[in-house]
Amino acid sequence: MLSGIYGLLSASLFVVLDAVDVAFTEAAVGAGISTILMLTTLAITGRYELSRPSIRTRIGLLLVLVIGVLLIYGTLGMPYFGMPENPANGHVAAYYLENTEQQIGIPNYVTAVLASYRGFDTFGELVVVFTAGVAVLALLPHSRDGFVVDDMQPMKHHLILRITSKLLLPFILLFALYVQFHGDFGPGGGFQAGVIFAAAIILYSMLYGLENAMQVISFPVIRFCAALGVLLYGSVGIVSMLKGGNFLDYSVLLETPVAGQHLGILLIEFGVGLTVAAVMVCVFFTFTGSVVSPAKSARVVAARDGEKTQGAP
Amino acid sequence: MSSAQLPILQVIVPLLAAPLCLLINHKLLNWLFTLLVSGFSFVVAALMLWQVSDTGPLSYHLGGWMPPYGIEIRVDQLNAFVALLITAISTLVITSAHTSLENKKDIAPGKHTYFYVAYLLCFAGLLGILVTGDAFNLFVFLEISSLSSYVLIALGRDRRALWASFQYLVMGTIGATFILIGIGLLYMKTGTLNIADLAERLPEMADTRTIFVAFCFFIVGVCLKLALFPLHMWLPNAYAYAPTVVTAFLAASSTKVALYVVVRFVFVVFGVDFSFTTIPLQAVFVTLGTLGVLVASLVAINQQNIKRMLAYSSIAQIGYMVLGLSFGSITGLMASLLHLFNHALMKGALFLTLGAVFYRIGGVSLKHFQGIGRHMPFTLAAFVIGGVSIIGMPLTVGFVSKWYLLQAAIAQGWYLVSVIILVGSLLSVIYIWKVVDAAYFKPALVNQAQLKEAPLSLLIPVWVLVLANLYFGMDTRLTVTLTDQVATQLMHIEVLP
Repeated sequence: MLSGIYGLLSASLFVVLDAVDVAFTEAAVGAGISTILMLTTLAITGRYELSRPSIRTRIGLLLVLVIGVLLIYGTLGMPYFGMPENPANGHVAAYYLENTEQQIGIPNYVTAVLASYRGFDTFGELVVVFTAGVAVLALLPHSRDGFVVDDMQPMKHHLILRITSKLLLPFILLFALYVQFHGDFGPGGGFQAGVIFAAAIILYSMLYGLENAMQVISFPVIRFCAALGVLLYGSVGIVSMLKGGNFLDYSVLLETPVAGQHLGILLIEFGVGLTVAAVMVCVFFTFTGSVVSPAKSARVVAARDGEKTQGAP
Repeated sequence: MSSAQLPILQVIVPLLAAPLCLLINHKLLNWLFTLLVSGFSFVVAALMLWQVSDTGPLSYHLGGWMPPYGIEIRVDQLNAFVALLITAISTLVITSAHTSLENKKDIAPGKHTYFYVAYLLCFAGLLGILVTGDAFNLFVFLEISSLSSYVLIALGRDRRALWASFQYLVMGTIGATFILIGIGLLYMKTGTLNIADLAERLPEMADTRTIFVAFCFFIVGVCLKLALFPLHMWLPNAYAYAPTVVTAFLAASSTKVALYVVVRFVFVVFGVDFSFTTIPLQAVFVTLGTLGVLVASLVAINQQNIKRMLAYSSIAQIGYMVLGLSFGSITGLMASLLHLFNHALMKGALFLTLGAVFYRIGGVSLKHFQGIGRHMPFTLAAFVIGGVSIIGMPLTVGFVSKWYLLQAAIAQGWYLVSVIILVGSLLSVIYIWKVVDAAYFKPALVNQAQLKEAPLSLLIPVWVLVLANLYFGMDTRLTVTLTDQVATQLMHIEVLP
């Protein structure tokens, strides 16, 4: 709850700082998906409070204070906020502002930096997302092509929720696609679009149950898509190498460099969107798949007790 | 694709192999594929080192953008040397992985695909950290390698592996955040992320508080990853409960890469001048290094689980490496780099030996080792040579690096430090002897009628590493010349105005 509010607040903060793309991501990821995942985690693990402050927590508090003081000390040497002559606004950033129009030809300079000038970082970030998906798949129990979905009841009794969300879903999906393919011109791009797309599927599965959702998108397909997005991004780079450029040099893809940049950015953003959406859905499915409903856990306990009593004599 | 593309191939081949591995999803094919990728990376690294020694640093511009505007991959002798080491160790570890993972006690059946995917990601991440010439790119690859190593550790069959991995995750995330804060502050003051460009622009503003704080955060963050005493708490559990192949790989590679990052930033980005005069780095590193050697060696003596024992021994060896850096002299730096190389050889050999023992006996406690010397002569002989190398006896690599370390200490007139180096060696005699004693002189406890020598697929990588231990211990021309050149270059940078 608080983390969701925190995400939303920091998103607003980014808007105030004129970083619309970052704000968009923060709103989608920080306030949206991670809150849901946090709640699912609580559902899997259960929760309890530890109220006794021990010596360890005191040491921790002290360490946090020291680090905080150090950070504040660091701000004393910082240049004033928003001054045009700041190093962060001068050196490299000025180059991007001056040359994006002519070299890449898209109005959203953030996307230009993210997808082209520093495209390799974005590739790395995409692999980080992919790694997170692999981590969840590797560590949480699930069978080869899906889960044993237990008798968790979808929200059958929430009629209003079901109807309104059914109305909303197509628009959410459409908006995701808009964000995906309009990233060159307005705020947005693959990361945000992937998360929004995933949010639609997650909403569906929350209201109609995991089993229904998996009939729409089966588990092997999700896994395949997660790998495919990374491969698509990478293969754009490989193709540009084969065409005589360096890795991720989109300029060589088509006749004119600007057209090549457009195509390259479109393709890699699609790869990003694909992997991000697939990983988010996959993480959610695996998490919910491991939630044990009260009825089932009661059965498990009963079965275990049964074994014990059988073993005792 | 000409040889100009070599630097990028080093990273993207394993990086793209990982999702492919997920698609292949077949135990044997995945293994062969990973082996192929690892071997290919080794060849690339060898070619790069050869080329770099011949013609000087290679610079590769990603996306065709000139640095510092685009991301640069920059390979010089230092990182080509470490990359060669990592790829060589990885190839040997993967050779034994297939047999080692057959053991159901090591990794759950059905998780093999994820193991190979995570392994390739970790491998690619480490290589990315090594070759990149961009500070933020370094952070991105650090994330890839860290996340995937959490997975690799948690794949261990022991339930405590999950907890160990979680501990590592918390510590590692704190470390990564600190590194990011450091990089962010550096960017704020210089407006650039390119490492060479940073090194050029930093001296102007080295006296500001922001740079001081950036340095502190960055170095503390990397030292968390390096497991420098007292930030080592995550390491023993992580090494002890991870699958044995994973331990062998991580022990020989991930801390080495972290040490490389320390060297790169202390000596190149911030410069010796700043690191050793503006900031009391020397005092900090000497204290932590020597304490690390003593405390970790003492703790290692009391361990019953051999994997844990060797993990503590690793922390002690990291102490030696940091000690070498602290001298701020060419010999000290050389000793540090030599020990980086040599320690990877020794620990690789030792952990792979443990893998062979685990494969046959199903445990690596001291009691599992009792009386197995007669049944597994080749495995145990490998352990003895690896152990002797840890101690630092002549004719093994351990001797070479400790010799240079002692020389550096004496050249500085730090006699107490040289005594501590010797005491550390004596302490390692004790813990290695405990294993040797159990294996050769204690009667067998377990029923060993069917106990056989480990299979060849496990023995060959072990013995390749053991022979490397002996070879580089006797013929030091290659390593010493190389590290000498690298150290001279690194120290030379600060002499320039």
